[in-house]
Amino acid sequence: MIRLEAVCRTYRLGDQPVKALDRVDLDIDAGAYVSVMGPSGSGKSTLLNVIGLLDTPDSGRYQLEGREMTCLDEEARAAERNRRIGFVFQAYHLIDRLSARENIELPLVLAGMAPSERRPLVDDIVDRLGLTERAGHLPRQLSGGQRQRVAIARAVIRKPALLLADEPTGNLDSHSGAEVIELLEELNDQGITLLVVTHDPNIGRRAGRRLRMEDGRITADRSGTETGDALR
Amino acid sequence: MRPLDAIRLIGRALLSARLRTFLTVLGIAVGIAAVSLLTTVGAGLQLYVLDNFSQFGSRIVAINPGKTQTGGIGGLLSSTRPLSLADAESLRPLPFVERVVPVVQGAGAIEFGRRVRHTDIIGGNGELAAAWRFEVAQGRFLPVVSGNSQPFAVLGAKVKRELFGESPTLGQFIRVGGERYRVIGVMAPKGQMLGFDLDDIVYIPIDRALALFNRTGLMEIDVTYRPGIDAKTMADRIRDRLIQRHGVEDFTLTTQDEMLSTLDRILGLLTVAIGAIGGISLLVGAIGIVTIMVTTVQERTAEIGLLRALGATRRQILLLFLGEALLLAIAGGLCGLLLMGLMLGVLALAIPALPISPSPFYLVLALLLAAIVGLVAGVSPAWRAAGLDPVDALQQE
Repeated sequence: MIRLEAVCRTYRLGDQPVKALDRVDLDIDAGAYVSVMGPSGSGKSTLLNVIGLLDTPDSGRYQLEGREMTCLDEEARAAERNRRIGFVFQAYHLIDRLSARENIELPLVLAGMAPSERRPLVDDIVDRLGLTERAGHLPRQLSGGQRQRVAIARAVIRKPALLLADEPTGNLDSHSGAEVIELLEELNDQGITLLVVTHDPNIGRRAGRRLRMEDGRITADRSGTETGDALR
Repeated sequence: MRPLDAIRLIGRALLSARLRTFLTVLGIAVGIAAVSLLTTVGAGLQLYVLDNFSQFGSRIVAINPGKTQTGGIGGLLSSTRPLSLADAESLRPLPFVERVVPVVQGAGAIEFGRRVRHTDIIGGNGELAAAWRFEVAQGRFLPVVSGNSQPFAVLGAKVKRELFGESPTLGQFIRVGGERYRVIGVMAPKGQMLGFDLDDIVYIPIDRALALFNRTGLMEIDVTYRPGIDAKTMADRIRDRLIQRHGVEDFTLTTQDEMLSTLDRILGLLTVAIGAIGGISLLVGAIGIVTIMVTTVQERTAEIGLLRALGATRRQILLLFLGEALLLAIAGGLCGLLLMGLMLGVLALAIPALPISPSPFYLVLALLLAAIVGLVAGVSPAWRAAGLDPVDALQQE
């Protein structure tokens, strides 16, 4: 589903060029649950941004669902993001003057869907994520866990094939964090491809496939459960 | 994105910062109010002045002695012949001519009993009232005569009031410049024209006025003509006739058309000029929009990044922020028109004579102006918002 071939991405930090991605090759199957771990500045977020079409590689090829993404222009990439990719951020990134419901609705609004078509979709997701009572509240009236649930609802309202989560539990206590991870895994069980970038080994370990990044390269790529590894 | 959704999003953004929105709207409102108020007052003033001038009717040609031009050998050739009563009479047979009014004007003491008033004295003939569209309130105007006239006088409304008060006036004898005249009529009040009081005048027959002021020539001949001929042709015919009599063109013709169009041009220019002064305050309002939009884009950088991640195109971001500036400006425009309405109301109470009527055309134009100001002011910040890199924008807190 995701195929990266020799993808490079270099930033300039002051005068220093920083290789955030250094000839990265990666294949991810549809429906996979992948975690990406590694120290700060290892290129995890850049990898996520390239896969999420927010960032463009300097060289190399990127295919999403069998379609070439490297040659798309900015407006086409925006359309792809809207249709195929959901984002969950550490800082939630909810718009604080809009209610939970309106935040969830945003991708549909941007896509130009009619209000009558939007309503059942939003009702459905709000119901599924147990946000019904909170749907009319503003983000600041919600707890951290609830805010992240709203953000997840927004990420999946368009039923994307790919869900990208960048430190989704970073701002949450362990209890809310566990709930959020469980929700993400539940969505993964329903067929969505899930990619989680995290610092937390307890969370990283839960994924079916675990990548480790250092200095812009993938240095470890393990599959199977942790216990399975131990047995091997 | 659907336009209605876009408007809703923009509206929510503006309403979430009420004070800031209000102040920005106020800035534009003051600008629009200033521009539209000043141009409306200017246009009203223009109408007022033109009205004043055209109250004599528009089909009128004035002939004055002397020619305003620079001659050759100074003095020797500039022998201006005065305009005589005979000159005036010679114009009467010309086609289309309706009335011919010879005029001299002077000032003198008017006495009735023991009261004395110094007023303007106008010498004219029996056609003067009709030619100038002045109305008689009591009695009649000077009779139309050929040859020598009788010592009759007609009083302006103010002169009548000052000299006679409410007592009967017709048939009374007054002294004009020492000579005895019988009052045969009183004019209806006419008001002022550019500060000249048209009611503070005594009318006497032209031949007696010439003698009274000891003049050989007329100060002016006014010719009115019937419809069916344009002002220029009429003026040409009058000029030909007088050149026949005088040999040279030693007089000046002024048609009402010419005078009105010149005046119209000057006043129109003046209106534009004061409108431009109002435009300065609109410019300040526009700078307010730019300031607020630049701040807004900076504050909402993370939000812009988010919208981009959710699939908003650059174009959509551009339109959202441009729409915000536009909405601010249009709201300002509407408030400005409201403000102008209030000020016009006050002005109408203060100076009732000024004919001020804001035309719908100008109101629409003012709103359009506000919209253009919003677009121009919003373009640069919106462009900046649309050009943000989504990855950088998302990292902004």
